[in-house]
Amino acid sequence: MPGSIHDQEPQENDQSMMDAEPEVTDPILLDEKRIIVLPGSSETAASFQFEGEGHTMGNALRYAIMKNPAVEFCGYTIPHPSDAKMHLRIQTTDSTTALEALEKGFNDLMDLCDVVTEKFTASRDQFNAESGNRMEA
Amino acid sequence: MAPLVPSQEELQRRRIIGINPETVTNIPSTDFPGHWPGESHAWALDGFKKNFKVEYHRNDPYEASFSLIGLDAAVANAFRRILMAEIPTLAIEYVFVHNNTSVIQDEVLAQRLGLIPLKGSVEGINWMHWFRKPSEDEEGSSAEGPSDYNTIVLHLDVECTKNPNADEDEQDPRKLYNNAHVYAKDISFHPVGRQEQFFVDDGAIRPVNPDILIAKMRPGQKIEMEMHCVKGIGADHAKFSPVATATYRLLPDIQIERPIIGEDAKKFVKCFPKGVIGLEPVTSEEAARSGSGYEGHAGEQKAVVKDAFNDTVSRECLRHEEFQGKVKLGRVRDHFIFNIESTGQFESDVLFLEAVKVMKLKCARWKRGLHDFMA
Repeated sequence: MPGSIHDQEPQENDQSMMDAEPEVTDPILLDEKRIIVLPGSSETAASFQFEGEGHTMGNALRYAIMKNPAVEFCGYTIPHPSDAKMHLRIQTTDSTTALEALEKGFNDLMDLCDVVTEKFTASRDQFNAESGNRMEA
Repeated sequence: MAPLVPSQEELQRRRIIGINPETVTNIPSTDFPGHWPGESHAWALDGFKKNFKVEYHRNDPYEASFSLIGLDAAVANAFRRILMAEIPTLAIEYVFVHNNTSVIQDEVLAQRLGLIPLKGSVEGINWMHWFRKPSEDEEGSSAEGPSDYNTIVLHLDVECTKNPNADEDEQDPRKLYNNAHVYAKDISFHPVGRQEQFFVDDGAIRPVNPDILIAKMRPGQKIEMEMHCVKGIGADHAKFSPVATATYRLLPDIQIERPIIGEDAKKFVKCFPKGVIGLEPVTSEEAARSGSGYEGHAGEQKAVVKDAFNDTVSRECLRHEEFQGKVKLGRVRDHFIFNIESTGQFESDVLFLEAVKVMKLKCARWKRGLHDFMA
Protein backbone atom coordinates (compact mmCIF):
# COMPACT_ATOMS: atom_id res chain seq x y z
CA MET A 1 0.00 0.00 0.00
CA PRO A 2 2.63 2.59 0.86
CA GLY A 3 4.34 2.30 -2.53
CA SER A 4 1.09 2.60 -4.41
CA ILE A 5 1.02 6.36 -4.02
CA HIS A 6 3.96 6.77 -6.35
CA ASP A 7 2.70 4.33 -8.98
CA GLN A 8 -0.56 6.08 -9.74
CA GLU A 9 -1.28 8.83 -12.20
CA PRO A 10 -2.82 11.43 -9.93
CA GLN A 11 -3.81 13.83 -12.66
CA GLU A 12 -5.94 11.26 -14.46
CA ASN A 13 -7.66 10.15 -11.28
CA ASP A 14 -8.32 13.72 -10.38
CA GLN A 15 -10.16 14.31 -13.61
CA SER A 16 -12.24 11.17 -13.42
CA MET A 17 -13.43 12.35 -10.04
CA MET A 18 -14.21 15.81 -11.37
CA ASP A 19 -16.24 14.36 -14.22
CA ALA A 20 -18.78 12.87 -11.84
CA GLU A 21 -19.91 16.18 -10.36
CA PRO A 22 -18.01 19.35 -11.26
CA GLU A 23 -18.74 21.73 -8.36
CA VAL A 24 -18.76 19.12 -5.65
CA THR A 25 -15.97 19.39 -3.16
CA ASP A 26 -17.05 16.57 -0.88
CA PRO A 27 -18.30 13.41 -2.53
CA ILE A 28 -18.72 11.71 0.85
CA LEU A 29 -21.47 14.11 1.82
CA LEU A 30 -23.16 13.92 -1.55
CA ASP A 31 -23.55 10.15 -1.60
CA GLU A 32 -27.04 8.83 -1.01
CA LYS A 33 -28.47 12.25 -0.26
CA ARG A 34 -31.93 12.80 -1.63
CA ILE A 35 -35.16 14.64 -0.97
CA ILE A 36 -38.28 12.52 -1.05
CA VAL A 37 -41.89 13.77 -0.95
CA LEU A 38 -43.73 11.64 1.57
CA PRO A 39 -47.07 10.05 0.54
CA GLY A 40 -50.28 12.04 0.98
CA SER A 41 -49.00 15.36 -0.28
CA SER A 42 -50.93 17.96 -2.22
CA GLU A 43 -49.78 21.12 -3.99
CA THR A 44 -49.99 23.30 -0.92
CA ALA A 45 -49.30 20.76 1.81
CA ALA A 46 -46.39 18.36 1.68
CA SER A 47 -43.88 16.55 3.87
CA PHE A 48 -40.34 16.22 2.61
CA GLN A 49 -37.78 13.72 3.78
CA PHE A 50 -34.13 14.80 3.82
CA GLU A 51 -31.68 11.92 4.00
CA GLY A 52 -28.56 12.42 6.06
CA GLU A 53 -29.72 15.71 7.55
CA GLY A 54 -30.38 16.69 11.16
CA HIS A 55 -31.20 19.62 13.38
CA THR A 56 -28.53 21.79 11.76
CA MET A 57 -30.42 22.40 8.54
CA GLY A 58 -33.79 21.32 9.91
CA ASN A 59 -34.24 24.12 12.39
CA ALA A 60 -32.56 26.81 10.26
CA LEU A 61 -34.73 25.87 7.29
CA ARG A 62 -37.86 25.81 9.43
CA TYR A 63 -37.05 29.36 10.56
CA ALA A 64 -36.48 30.60 7.02
CA ILE A 65 -39.68 29.01 5.71
CA MET A 66 -41.79 30.27 8.63
CA LYS A 67 -40.64 33.80 7.72
CA ASN A 68 -42.65 33.45 4.48
CA PRO A 69 -46.12 35.05 4.90
CA ALA A 70 -47.64 32.57 2.43
CA VAL A 71 -46.71 29.67 4.71
CA GLU A 72 -49.38 28.68 7.19
CA PHE A 73 -47.40 25.97 8.90
CA CYS A 74 -43.85 24.68 8.86
CA GLY A 75 -42.24 22.23 11.21
CA TYR A 76 -39.52 19.63 11.23
CA THR A 77 -38.90 16.37 13.04
CA ILE A 78 -36.33 13.63 13.24
CA PRO A 79 -38.67 10.65 13.51
CA HIS A 80 -36.08 8.28 14.92
CA PRO A 81 -32.66 9.19 16.34
CA SER A 82 -30.93 6.18 14.75
CA ASP A 83 -32.19 7.01 11.25
CA ALA A 84 -30.29 9.90 9.69
CA LYS A 85 -33.50 11.33 8.29
CA MET A 86 -35.23 14.65 8.76
CA HIS A 87 -38.87 15.30 7.91
CA LEU A 88 -40.03 18.80 7.02
CA ARG A 89 -43.73 19.63 6.81
CA ILE A 90 -44.89 22.68 4.87
CA GLN A 91 -48.46 23.91 4.49
CA THR A 92 -49.09 27.04 2.48
CA THR A 93 -51.94 29.26 1.39
CA ASP A 94 -53.24 28.96 -2.19
CA SER A 95 -50.95 31.75 -3.38
CA THR A 96 -47.93 29.43 -3.53
CA THR A 97 -46.96 25.75 -3.34
CA ALA A 98 -45.07 23.82 -0.70
CA LEU A 99 -42.26 23.23 -3.16
CA GLU A 100 -41.91 26.93 -3.96
CA ALA A 101 -41.90 27.76 -0.26
CA LEU A 102 -39.10 25.26 0.28
CA GLU A 103 -37.08 26.73 -2.54
CA LYS A 104 -37.61 30.24 -1.21
CA GLY A 105 -36.43 28.99 2.18
CA PHE A 106 -33.15 27.83 0.64
CA ASN A 107 -32.72 31.11 -1.23
CA ASP A 108 -33.36 33.21 1.88
CA LEU A 109 -30.90 31.16 3.93
CA MET A 110 -28.23 31.57 1.27
CA ASP A 111 -28.81 35.34 1.17
CA LEU A 112 -28.52 35.38 4.95
CA CYS A 113 -25.20 33.53 4.78
CA ASP A 114 -23.84 36.16 2.37
CA VAL A 115 -24.78 39.01 4.71
CA VAL A 116 -23.26 37.22 7.72
CA THR A 117 -19.99 36.63 5.84
CA GLU A 118 -19.82 40.22 4.65
CA LYS A 119 -20.52 41.78 8.05
CA PHE A 120 -18.31 39.33 9.92
CA THR A 121 -15.33 40.00 7.64
CA ALA A 122 -15.78 43.77 7.92
CA SER A 123 -16.01 43.65 11.71
CA ARG A 124 -13.01 41.33 12.04
CA ASP A 125 -10.83 43.44 9.74
CA GLN A 126 -11.75 46.57 11.65
CA PHE A 127 -10.98 44.85 14.96
CA ASN A 128 -7.63 43.59 13.66
CA ALA A 129 -6.71 47.08 12.36
CA GLU A 130 -7.64 48.68 15.69
CA SER A 131 -5.78 46.16 17.84
CA GLY A 132 -2.80 46.43 15.46
CA ASN A 133 -2.76 50.17 16.04
CA ARG A 134 -2.98 49.70 19.77
CA MET A 135 0.00 47.36 19.74
CA GLU A 136 2.10 49.82 17.76
CA ALA A 137 1.22 52.73 20.03
CA MET B 1 -53.39 48.49 4.94
CA ALA B 2 -49.84 49.14 5.95
CA PRO B 3 -48.55 46.69 8.56
CA LEU B 4 -48.47 47.84 12.15
CA VAL B 5 -45.06 48.71 13.50
CA PRO B 6 -44.60 47.89 17.19
CA SER B 7 -43.06 50.54 19.45
CA GLN B 8 -39.40 50.41 20.46
CA GLU B 9 -40.34 49.49 24.05
CA GLU B 10 -42.49 46.65 22.83
CA LEU B 11 -39.70 45.35 20.59
CA GLN B 12 -37.23 45.60 23.46
CA ARG B 13 -39.65 43.71 25.72
CA ARG B 14 -39.89 40.92 23.16
CA ARG B 15 -36.11 40.69 22.94
CA ILE B 16 -35.65 39.81 26.60
CA ILE B 17 -35.92 36.27 27.90
CA GLY B 18 -36.97 36.44 31.54
CA ILE B 19 -34.92 34.57 34.11
CA ASN B 20 -36.70 33.88 37.40
CA PRO B 21 -35.55 31.93 40.47
CA GLU B 22 -37.07 28.66 39.23
CA THR B 23 -38.33 29.32 35.72
CA VAL B 24 -37.47 30.89 32.40
CA THR B 25 -40.11 32.88 30.53
CA ASN B 26 -40.68 34.28 27.06
CA ILE B 27 -38.53 31.61 25.42
CA PRO B 28 -39.73 31.11 21.81
CA SER B 29 -39.13 33.62 19.04
CA THR B 30 -42.29 35.35 17.94
CA ASP B 31 -41.03 37.30 14.93
CA PHE B 32 -43.02 35.30 12.39
CA PRO B 33 -45.80 36.46 10.07
CA GLY B 34 -49.18 35.82 11.66
CA HIS B 35 -47.97 35.74 15.24
CA TRP B 36 -48.73 39.37 16.08
CA PRO B 37 -51.94 40.50 14.33
CA GLY B 38 -51.33 43.25 11.82
CA GLU B 39 -47.52 43.13 11.98
CA SER B 40 -45.47 41.95 9.03
CA HIS B 41 -42.35 40.03 10.16
CA ALA B 42 -41.91 38.60 6.65
CA TRP B 43 -38.33 37.82 5.62
CA ALA B 44 -36.68 40.95 4.24
CA LEU B 45 -33.04 40.89 3.26
CA ASP B 46 -32.69 44.66 3.54
CA GLY B 47 -34.16 44.65 7.00
CA PHE B 48 -31.84 41.86 8.07
CA LYS B 49 -28.86 43.68 6.58
CA LYS B 50 -29.80 46.80 8.52
CA ASN B 51 -30.32 45.09 11.87
CA PHE B 52 -27.62 42.43 11.83
CA LYS B 53 -24.39 43.42 13.61
CA VAL B 54 -21.11 41.74 14.44
CA GLU B 55 -18.97 42.90 17.36
CA TYR B 56 -15.52 41.46 17.82
CA HIS B 57 -14.14 40.93 21.32
CA ARG B 58 -11.05 38.85 20.78
CA ASN B 59 -9.18 37.43 17.80
CA ASP B 60 -6.28 35.09 18.52
CA PRO B 61 -5.21 32.25 16.23
CA TYR B 62 -6.48 29.63 18.67
CA GLU B 63 -9.35 31.54 20.22
CA ALA B 64 -11.85 34.05 18.91
CA SER B 65 -14.79 35.72 20.61
CA PHE B 66 -17.42 37.82 18.90
CA SER B 67 -21.09 38.76 19.12
CA LEU B 68 -23.64 38.15 16.41
CA ILE B 69 -26.58 40.49 17.02
CA GLY B 70 -29.93 40.28 15.26
CA LEU B 71 -29.91 36.61 14.40
CA ASP B 72 -32.41 33.88 15.26
CA ALA B 73 -31.31 31.02 17.53
CA ALA B 74 -32.07 28.52 14.75
CA VAL B 75 -29.42 30.06 12.52
CA ALA B 76 -26.85 30.74 15.25
CA ASN B 77 -27.19 27.15 16.40
CA ALA B 78 -26.75 25.87 12.86
CA PHE B 79 -23.42 27.72 12.66
CA ARG B 80 -22.31 26.27 15.98
CA ARG B 81 -23.26 22.73 14.99
CA ILE B 82 -21.49 23.06 11.64
CA LEU B 83 -18.36 24.34 13.40
CA MET B 84 -18.15 21.21 15.50
CA ALA B 85 -19.28 18.54 13.08
CA GLU B 86 -19.16 19.55 9.44
CA ILE B 87 -15.97 21.43 8.60
CA PRO B 88 -13.47 19.15 6.88
CA THR B 89 -10.08 18.73 8.54
CA LEU B 90 -7.06 16.49 8.24
CA ALA B 91 -6.32 13.73 10.75
CA ILE B 92 -4.55 10.39 10.91
CA GLU B 93 -6.98 7.71 9.76
CA TYR B 94 -4.93 4.64 8.78
CA VAL B 95 -1.97 3.34 10.75
CA PHE B 96 0.23 0.61 9.31
CA VAL B 97 2.19 -0.97 12.13
CA HIS B 98 5.41 -2.48 10.83
CA ASN B 99 6.85 -3.08 14.27
CA ASN B 100 5.64 -2.28 17.74
CA THR B 101 7.37 -3.92 20.68
CA SER B 102 6.41 -1.22 23.16
CA VAL B 103 3.96 -2.06 25.95
CA ILE B 104 1.19 0.00 24.37
CA GLN B 105 -1.01 -2.08 22.09
CA ASP B 106 -1.24 -1.37 18.35
CA GLU B 107 -4.91 -0.40 18.42
CA VAL B 108 -4.53 1.85 21.45
CA LEU B 109 -1.53 3.54 19.87
CA ALA B 110 -3.44 4.02 16.61
CA GLN B 111 -6.33 5.59 18.49
CA ARG B 112 -3.96 8.00 20.27
CA LEU B 113 -2.28 8.97 17.02
CA GLY B 114 -5.61 9.77 15.39
CA LEU B 115 -6.40 12.36 18.06
CA ILE B 116 -3.20 14.39 17.52
CA PRO B 117 -4.16 17.74 15.93
CA LEU B 118 -2.13 18.42 12.78
CA LYS B 119 -1.28 21.66 11.06
CA GLY B 120 0.29 22.65 7.76
CA SER B 121 -0.23 24.87 4.74
CA VAL B 122 -3.91 25.84 4.75
CA GLU B 123 -3.78 26.27 0.99
CA GLY B 124 -2.51 22.71 0.67
CA ILE B 125 -5.16 21.31 3.01
CA ASN B 126 -7.88 23.09 1.05
CA TRP B 127 -6.44 21.70 -2.18
CA MET B 128 -6.79 18.15 -0.90
CA HIS B 129 -9.79 16.02 -1.80
CA TRP B 130 -11.64 13.37 0.16
CA PHE B 131 -10.23 9.90 0.35
CA ARG B 132 -12.66 7.24 -0.73
CA LYS B 133 -11.82 3.78 0.46
CA PRO B 134 -11.79 1.38 -2.48
CA SER B 135 -14.12 -1.53 -1.78
CA GLU B 136 -12.86 -5.00 -2.61
CA ASP B 137 -16.06 -6.52 -3.92
CA GLU B 138 -16.97 -3.63 -6.19
CA GLU B 139 -15.27 -3.88 -9.58
CA GLY B 140 -14.40 -0.64 -11.29
CA SER B 141 -15.65 1.61 -8.51
CA SER B 142 -14.71 5.27 -8.84
CA ALA B 143 -12.68 5.18 -5.62
CA GLU B 144 -9.01 4.97 -6.43
CA GLY B 145 -7.07 4.55 -3.21
CA PRO B 146 -4.35 6.77 -1.80
CA SER B 147 -2.92 9.52 -4.00
CA ASP B 148 -1.05 12.75 -3.42
CA TYR B 149 -4.31 14.75 -3.43
CA ASN B 150 -6.12 12.69 -0.78
CA THR B 151 -3.52 11.17 1.54
CA ILE B 152 -0.70 12.59 3.65
CA VAL B 153 1.97 10.08 4.66
CA LEU B 154 3.61 10.36 8.07
CA HIS B 155 6.17 8.06 9.64
CA LEU B 156 7.03 7.26 13.22
CA ASP B 157 10.29 5.36 13.60
CA VAL B 158 11.74 5.34 17.10
CA GLU B 159 13.85 2.88 19.01
CA CYS B 160 14.71 3.10 22.68
CA THR B 161 18.35 2.49 23.60
CA LYS B 162 20.54 2.83 26.67
CA ASN B 163 22.34 6.15 27.02
CA PRO B 164 26.04 5.28 27.55
CA ASN B 165 26.80 8.83 28.74
CA ALA B 166 24.23 8.81 31.54
CA ASP B 167 25.31 9.20 35.17
CA GLU B 168 25.62 5.93 37.06
CA ASP B 169 23.08 6.89 39.71
CA GLU B 170 20.75 8.62 37.26
CA GLN B 171 17.07 7.90 38.01
CA ASP B 172 15.29 9.83 35.26
CA PRO B 173 14.45 7.43 32.41
CA ARG B 174 14.56 10.31 29.93
CA LYS B 175 18.27 10.79 30.66
CA LEU B 176 19.05 7.14 31.33
CA TYR B 177 17.75 6.06 27.91
CA ASN B 178 17.41 7.56 24.44
CA ASN B 179 13.82 7.89 23.21
CA ALA B 180 12.28 6.68 26.47
CA HIS B 181 9.39 9.02 25.74
CA VAL B 182 7.90 9.22 22.25
CA TYR B 183 6.50 12.66 21.49
CA ALA B 184 4.42 14.06 18.66
CA LYS B 185 7.55 15.84 17.38
CA ASP B 186 9.05 12.43 16.48
CA ILE B 187 6.45 12.08 13.70
CA SER B 188 8.01 12.86 10.31
CA PHE B 189 6.23 14.04 7.18
CA HIS B 190 6.95 12.44 3.81
CA PRO B 191 5.55 14.58 0.98
CA VAL B 192 4.49 12.83 -2.20
CA GLY B 193 3.93 14.22 -5.71
CA ARG B 194 2.40 17.71 -5.73
CA GLN B 195 2.50 17.81 -1.94
CA GLU B 196 6.11 18.95 -2.30
CA GLN B 197 4.85 22.22 -3.77
CA PHE B 198 2.19 22.88 -1.13
CA PHE B 199 3.68 21.64 2.11
CA VAL B 200 7.13 23.24 2.17
CA ASP B 201 9.05 24.80 5.08
CA ASP B 202 6.48 26.34 7.45
CA GLY B 203 3.70 24.66 5.51
CA ALA B 204 4.91 21.13 6.26
CA ILE B 205 2.38 18.85 7.89
CA ARG B 206 3.26 18.48 11.57
CA PRO B 207 1.56 18.18 14.97
CA VAL B 208 0.19 21.47 16.36
CA ASN B 209 1.85 20.75 19.69
CA PRO B 210 5.21 18.94 19.44
CA ASP B 211 5.13 17.85 23.10
CA ILE B 212 2.17 15.49 23.07
CA LEU B 213 3.29 12.25 24.71
CA ILE B 214 2.47 9.28 22.48
CA ALA B 215 4.14 6.32 24.24
CA LYS B 216 6.85 5.35 26.73
CA MET B 217 9.52 2.77 26.00
CA ARG B 218 12.49 0.97 27.55
CA PRO B 219 15.74 -0.14 25.86
CA GLY B 220 15.18 -2.79 23.20
CA GLN B 221 11.66 -1.62 22.38
CA LYS B 222 10.82 -0.17 19.01
CA ILE B 223 7.97 1.53 17.19
CA GLU B 224 7.94 1.60 13.39
CA MET B 225 4.81 2.71 11.66
CA GLU B 226 3.40 4.53 8.68
CA MET B 227 0.35 6.74 9.05
CA HIS B 228 -2.04 7.93 6.37
CA CYS B 229 -3.92 11.17 7.07
CA VAL B 230 -7.14 11.88 5.22
CA LYS B 231 -9.79 14.56 5.31
CA GLY B 232 -12.93 13.95 7.30
CA ILE B 233 -15.66 15.68 9.30
CA GLY B 234 -16.42 15.79 13.00
CA ALA B 235 -19.74 14.00 12.48
CA ASP B 236 -17.75 10.92 11.49
CA HIS B 237 -15.17 11.07 14.29
CA ALA B 238 -14.34 13.73 16.90
CA LYS B 239 -10.68 13.76 15.77
CA PHE B 240 -11.84 15.54 12.60
CA SER B 241 -13.52 18.34 14.56
CA PRO B 242 -11.60 21.59 13.89
CA VAL B 243 -12.61 23.14 17.21
CA ALA B 244 -11.77 22.32 20.80
CA THR B 245 -14.95 24.14 21.78
CA ALA B 246 -17.45 26.20 19.85
CA THR B 247 -20.05 27.76 22.10
CA TYR B 248 -22.41 30.69 22.31
CA ARG B 249 -24.24 32.33 25.19
CA LEU B 250 -26.90 35.00 25.18
CA LEU B 251 -26.00 38.48 26.43
CA PRO B 252 -27.17 38.81 30.06
CA ASP B 253 -29.54 41.64 30.90
CA ILE B 254 -29.88 43.10 34.41
CA GLN B 255 -32.54 45.67 35.20
CA ILE B 256 -32.55 47.37 38.61
CA GLU B 257 -36.21 48.30 38.93
CA ARG B 258 -36.19 49.90 42.39
CA PRO B 259 -33.26 51.60 44.18
CA ILE B 260 -30.74 49.44 46.01
CA ILE B 261 -28.78 51.68 48.39
CA GLY B 262 -26.35 51.63 51.30
CA GLU B 263 -25.39 48.26 52.80
CA ASP B 264 -27.80 46.45 50.46
CA ALA B 265 -25.93 47.88 47.49
CA LYS B 266 -22.62 46.48 48.78
CA LYS B 267 -24.22 43.08 49.24
CA PHE B 268 -25.76 43.34 45.77
CA VAL B 269 -22.33 43.90 44.23
CA LYS B 270 -21.12 40.66 45.83
CA CYS B 271 -23.94 38.67 44.17
CA PHE B 272 -22.31 39.22 40.75
CA PRO B 273 -18.90 38.63 39.20
CA LYS B 274 -16.39 41.49 39.51
CA GLY B 275 -17.13 44.58 37.45
CA VAL B 276 -20.75 43.72 36.61
CA ILE B 277 -22.36 45.94 39.26
CA GLY B 278 -20.81 49.22 40.39
CA LEU B 279 -21.49 51.69 43.18
CA GLU B 280 -22.27 55.33 42.56
CA PRO B 281 -23.30 58.09 44.98
CA VAL B 282 -26.93 59.17 44.80
CA THR B 283 -26.97 62.65 43.27
CA SER B 284 -28.80 65.46 44.99
CA GLU B 285 -30.94 65.77 41.88
CA GLU B 286 -32.19 62.19 42.26
CA ALA B 287 -32.75 62.68 45.97
CA ALA B 288 -34.82 65.80 45.28
CA ARG B 289 -37.14 64.00 42.82
CA SER B 290 -40.12 62.64 44.72
CA GLY B 291 -41.17 59.09 43.88
CA SER B 292 -37.67 58.15 42.74
CA GLY B 293 -37.04 56.10 45.89
CA TYR B 294 -33.86 58.08 46.57
CA GLU B 295 -35.51 60.78 48.69
CA GLY B 296 -33.28 61.76 51.59
CA HIS B 297 -30.47 59.43 50.51
CA ALA B 298 -28.23 61.98 48.77
CA GLY B 299 -24.58 60.99 48.93
CA GLU B 300 -25.27 57.35 49.82
CA GLN B 301 -24.02 54.56 47.53
CA LYS B 302 -26.45 53.06 45.03
CA ALA B 303 -26.01 49.95 42.88
CA VAL B 304 -25.80 50.46 39.11
CA VAL B 305 -25.28 48.00 36.24
CA LYS B 306 -21.80 48.59 34.87
CA ASP B 307 -21.19 45.71 32.50
CA ALA B 308 -23.77 42.95 32.10
CA PHE B 309 -21.58 41.23 29.48
CA ASN B 310 -19.46 39.47 32.10
CA ASP B 311 -22.35 38.26 34.21
CA THR B 312 -22.78 34.52 34.60
CA VAL B 313 -26.52 34.83 35.41
CA SER B 314 -26.04 32.83 38.58
CA ARG B 315 -29.37 34.13 39.99
CA GLU B 316 -27.68 34.59 43.37
CA CYS B 317 -29.34 38.00 43.81
CA LEU B 318 -32.78 36.40 43.48
CA ARG B 319 -32.20 34.31 46.61
CA HIS B 320 -32.02 37.28 48.99
CA GLU B 321 -35.09 38.76 50.66
CA GLU B 322 -33.86 42.38 50.46
CA PHE B 323 -33.67 42.34 46.64
CA GLN B 324 -37.17 40.88 46.07
CA GLY B 325 -38.92 42.82 43.33
CA LYS B 326 -36.00 45.21 42.92
CA VAL B 327 -34.08 43.44 40.18
CA LYS B 328 -35.03 41.65 36.99
CA LEU B 329 -32.64 39.22 35.31
CA GLY B 330 -32.85 38.27 31.66
CA ARG B 331 -30.99 37.48 28.50
CA VAL B 332 -31.15 39.18 25.12
CA ARG B 333 -32.74 36.74 22.70
CA ASP B 334 -30.85 37.75 19.57
CA HIS B 335 -27.41 38.63 20.96
CA PHE B 336 -25.15 35.59 20.65
CA ILE B 337 -21.68 35.78 22.19
CA PHE B 338 -19.70 33.17 20.32
CA ASN B 339 -16.48 31.67 21.60
CA ILE B 340 -14.49 29.53 19.20
CA GLU B 341 -11.36 27.67 20.22
CA SER B 342 -9.47 26.17 17.32
CA THR B 343 -7.40 22.99 17.61
CA GLY B 344 -4.78 24.68 15.44
CA GLN B 345 -5.34 23.46 11.91
CA PHE B 346 -7.19 26.63 10.93
CA GLU B 347 -7.38 30.03 12.60
CA SER B 348 -10.53 30.43 14.65
CA ASP B 349 -11.97 33.37 12.68
CA VAL B 350 -11.45 31.46 9.44
CA LEU B 351 -13.36 28.56 10.96
CA PHE B 352 -16.47 30.66 11.45
CA LEU B 353 -16.35 31.91 7.87
CA GLU B 354 -15.87 28.30 6.81
CA ALA B 355 -19.00 27.32 8.78
CA VAL B 356 -21.07 29.96 6.98
CA LYS B 357 -19.68 28.69 3.70
CA VAL B 358 -20.61 25.10 4.53
CA MET B 359 -24.13 26.22 5.42
CA LYS B 360 -24.52 27.97 2.09
CA LEU B 361 -23.12 24.96 0.26
CA LYS B 362 -25.60 22.66 1.98
CA CYS B 363 -28.49 24.92 0.93
CA ALA B 364 -27.22 25.02 -2.64
CA ARG B 365 -26.85 21.26 -2.78
CA TRP B 366 -30.31 20.51 -1.40
CA LYS B 367 -31.78 23.08 -3.75
CA ARG B 368 -30.17 21.29 -6.66
CA GLY B 369 -31.73 18.04 -5.42
CA LEU B 370 -35.06 19.83 -5.44
CA HIS B 371 -34.75 20.70 -9.12
CA ASP B 372 -34.07 17.06 -9.94
CA PHE B 373 -37.47 15.92 -8.80
CA MET B 374 -39.36 18.98 -9.93
CA ALA B 375 -38.47 18.04 -13.50
